[in-house]
Amino acid sequence: MKYMMFVCTDPEPDSDHANHPDVEVWVTENDAAGRRLQGAQLAPASAATTVRVRNGQLLLSDGPFAEVKEMIVGFDLLECADLDEAIEVARAHPMAWAGRIELRPFADFEQ
Amino acid sequence: MTDPDRAAAADAVAATAVDAYPKIVAALIRITGDWTLAEDSAQEALLRALDRWPADGVPANPAGWLMTVARNRVLDVLRRASVERRKLRELAVLAVTAATAEPAWEEVTDDRLRLIFTCCHPALPIEARVALTLRTICAVPTADIARVFLVTESTMTRRLTRAKAKIAAARIPYRVPQGPALTERLPGVLAVLYLLFTQGYDADGEPAFADEAIRLTRLLVRLVPEQPEASALLALLLLQHSRHAARRDDNDDLVPLDRQDRSRWDRDAIAEGVRLLAGSPQPGPYAWQARIAACHATAPSAEETDWRRIADCYDQLARLQPSPVVALNRAVAYGYAYGPAVGLTRLAEASSGGALDGYPLALAVEADLLARQGNGERAAELFRAAAARTPGDAERRALLDRAAAR
Repeated sequence: MKYMMFVCTDPEPDSDHANHPDVEVWVTENDAAGRRLQGAQLAPASAATTVRVRNGQLLLSDGPFAEVKEMIVGFDLLECADLDEAIEVARAHPMAWAGRIELRPFADFEQ
Repeated sequence: MTDPDRAAAADAVAATAVDAYPKIVAALIRITGDWTLAEDSAQEALLRALDRWPADGVPANPAGWLMTVARNRVLDVLRRASVERRKLRELAVLAVTAATAEPAWEEVTDDRLRLIFTCCHPALPIEARVALTLRTICAVPTADIARVFLVTESTMTRRLTRAKAKIAAARIPYRVPQGPALTERLPGVLAVLYLLFTQGYDADGEPAFADEAIRLTRLLVRLVPEQPEASALLALLLLQHSRHAARRDDNDDLVPLDRQDRSRWDRDAIAEGVRLLAGSPQPGPYAWQARIAACHATAPSAEETDWRRIADCYDQLARLQPSPVVALNRAVAYGYAYGPAVGLTRLAEASSGGALDGYPLALAVEADLLARQGNGERAAELFRAAAARTPGDAERRALLDRAAAR
């Protein structure tokens, strides 16, 4: 089962930085276990461009499509047996502490 | 066929369903992964039993009969949908175990526990967890759940459908967590069961699902006997529920604890609750709440209540699970244990954060403490203010009575 892990900022992070896990360790471990298929950090939202087509016309706008306090700053594509395994992977990521993480399953059209 | 036959058969169906229904649903979900199909098939088995048993007599193994009928319906549906052979084979095996007098209990037991943990999964919204537990494990009709939670039936149907869709789409596992994960997830399950007990009130203020909550908690205790907080929750529910018959007078008004007829309290439930509490080495929040309930339940009269012990228990509870409501109840206990002046000091501490501002119960507590200090006028004022903010009729009448009683 594939889960997209959106890594986001959060206005109220966990304050005890000393306890935050190390991201390099997280990547190495999950790559080795085959649970992380790929992932990357993203450029800041100020570099985003939003693209729409309406009545056949291209509409471009600067910035992300939603003005929210929580911004996506990275992603990781996970392969996990089920949601509980994905939650275990996500909770060990430093941004679960310093920000927040959204786990979104890939749509399964077999069902 | 006579009406008594029909009534006897209906009783037999109900008696069998209490235990068998969740087992059947749980086993069918495990094999098919399809919650709706499992529920529909189990429901249909119950309907078939209501139809057949009055004429044919109650079968020798009623639970096995229901399992076989439900399983056959699942097989029919899946054959039509030409599902893979593996599931069909597993279902065939299920029918064999169900038909024998002693089914594979270990497996069935695990199934129900799996079902409880999946219904109470923290990735589901809390209202959905409570509703799903009632619907799937207790077989409460959607309309009844909707009525108690003050939403329309279609809203409740949508809520349940969305929860089941998330279980499938996000692949929430159908599994009992093991080791440290069990300890981490158990409080969430206990919270759902406690919510079932306390939150789902009928219009008349009675907890609508108290019996279901107690039955499920009892089951959970049997399934995870090594978890003391599960036993503590069962004790708490039994002790609170023991007062059930004494809570109202002939006018249907709520009777406060100190004026209840203690001879109407359920002694068996109290004895079981107290027994369950004996020997829990490191009491958790439910254990302290249950100990407080036990102090009340075992006091021969309101005057002989051991308030100092209750105040001690609240100290422990406030340490483990600090909350404005716990702090408020702690102030009440101190007021009875050490006099209204001490109670008012504790109340001032509890109120200092502002979380209790305008909370009717906090106003009523202050009013009670002031009344006992002899400040009847200010007390009556506060009782009226509390009544004005209280939605329940019976509770409001009780507060207005206090305002008039000085």
